[in-house]
Amino acid sequence: MEPAVTARTVPEQQVPEKKTDSKPDSHHLTESRWVRIVLIGIALAFLGLMLVIPLVFVFVEAFGKGWALYWEAIREPDALAALRLTLSVAAIVVPLNTLFGLAAAWAVTRFSFRGKQWLVTLIDLPFAVSPVIAGLIFVLLFGNRGLLGPWLSALDIKIIFAFPGIVLATLFVTFPFVARELIPLMQSQGKNEEEAAACMGASGWQIFWRVTLPNIKWGLLYGVILCNARAMGEFGAVSVVSGHIRGQTNTLPLHVEILYNEYQFTAAFAVSTLLVLLAVVTLVVKQVAEWKNRNEAA
Amino acid sequence: MVRRLPFGRRAKARVLPGFGLSMGFVVTYLSLIVLLPLAMVFIQASALEGQRFLAMMLDPRVLASFRVSFTTAFLAALVNAVFGLLVAWVLVRYRFPGRRLIDGLVDLPFALPTAVAGISLTTLYAENGWFGGWLKELGIKVSFTPLGITVALVFIGLPFVVRTVQPVLEELEAEMEEAAVMLGARRLQIFCRVIFPSLLPSLLTGFALAFARGLGEYGSVVFIAGNMPMKTEIVPLLIMTRLEQFDYPSATAIAAVMLLVSFFLLLLINGLQWRASRRMAAD
Repeated sequence: MEPAVTARTVPEQQVPEKKTDSKPDSHHLTESRWVRIVLIGIALAFLGLMLVIPLVFVFVEAFGKGWALYWEAIREPDALAALRLTLSVAAIVVPLNTLFGLAAAWAVTRFSFRGKQWLVTLIDLPFAVSPVIAGLIFVLLFGNRGLLGPWLSALDIKIIFAFPGIVLATLFVTFPFVARELIPLMQSQGKNEEEAAACMGASGWQIFWRVTLPNIKWGLLYGVILCNARAMGEFGAVSVVSGHIRGQTNTLPLHVEILYNEYQFTAAFAVSTLLVLLAVVTLVVKQVAEWKNRNEAA
Repeated sequence: MVRRLPFGRRAKARVLPGFGLSMGFVVTYLSLIVLLPLAMVFIQASALEGQRFLAMMLDPRVLASFRVSFTTAFLAALVNAVFGLLVAWVLVRYRFPGRRLIDGLVDLPFALPTAVAGISLTTLYAENGWFGGWLKELGIKVSFTPLGITVALVFIGLPFVVRTVQPVLEELEAEMEEAAVMLGARRLQIFCRVIFPSLLPSLLTGFALAFARGLGEYGSVVFIAGNMPMKTEIVPLLIMTRLEQFDYPSATAIAAVMLLVSFFLLLLINGLQWRASRRMAAD
């Protein structure tokens, strides 16, 4: 790596080191105790300030004025409508993108073809696009003044400022999640087991259900739950296409925004706790999935 | 066994089934959900006359929003590069109680809806908030300033640096450091000359990922930014404002430039990762 170090230091220091350093070399393989404590301290302080306090703060604000107000904010009809909408969007988006992720991972990791690297890059594309632009593209396509706008309004189909638009924008934003999780996992597992099954006469679906799926189930679960978290929590893209109609096209994150902008802070944070719980469950599932993956690999 | 494939390429016969089905579905779905809609931006932007496009981009408010977005995203990525490296280092190299919990917590910004992060940070850093009141005595104002945008982007970008540096740090072989110790290098020397150069590609990748994410971020920023034109208005918000005014040509033009920047960053990141993986394979 750095020949300069070795060349210069060998002749001078080899001899004195042996004489003076009675302690073993491990002394130099890690930092001194104080340096370690200081570094751990700085890292923990940074994470505490940036991650833990903002998270805890949501609950402090939500329950600050008592349980009664909290329940009222959650049970309010608009909040329940937002929750229902968020759940229905996820119920459509997550299965579709899971199916896509499985198909993409199967095609990319089990076969070789030209342009594979490009395909993988294109799958990642939605990660690089700002959520606002993700919403904008569907407005340009389906909005009143969009490409298909006149045609859609003649047929009386409403996509933008309605449920289908929210689904499309969410599909776009959460597009890569499952594929991203599965491709490296299936790449590292290789295709020997599946090929052996095929040689013994198993059909494609048999191979998938009996060999592939059991091998990838934890990675798949994590991809699905991450996709779900983003689908339920997406704000920017949905904000562009939703039109913010209360009780109709407001998802949970949009409902939080409206409450906050109306200075109903306690209610905004109360509804936020639902989304925080979603995030916490996601993180727990991730830990379990990683742990299971490691155990099964070992 | 060799047979001809449609693309005029020779290859081993495929043992596994399902190539046509999965590939067909992937390409169709990708085109419908991602490629065709994205192409709309460029189709609509190219319909604009060159001069009009230029005039739109040189509008002072547009230029100011690009300046705000780029500087805040850059600063936030820089902060994340420093602290992300530190967090990754502490998590990989040291053992302390609660390490696993903290390791899991690093992913929080991936999982937490951005609007929630936005309102929480805004209230904390507002002048009557926990941090805001304390910072106010020091004469620092965070909410509704570019500094506030940076704080939100640091929150959003942190996992990118940690999660790209961490695996490389875990894979780093101890032999190199042991050899350096034998040769009499001091700990700081080893870090600067042996460890840091091996981490640099992943650190740059993490930086670029955090920067790219910061440029496009909307949800966590709109609450804390205050959204004053020329001062704290970020590009995604300006696109949003233009859309709400039904100024589609301007929104499209800004989005097209933004997309080109993002695509460039994506290619850069892929290039960096490709080089890093090749280097690891060569070792």
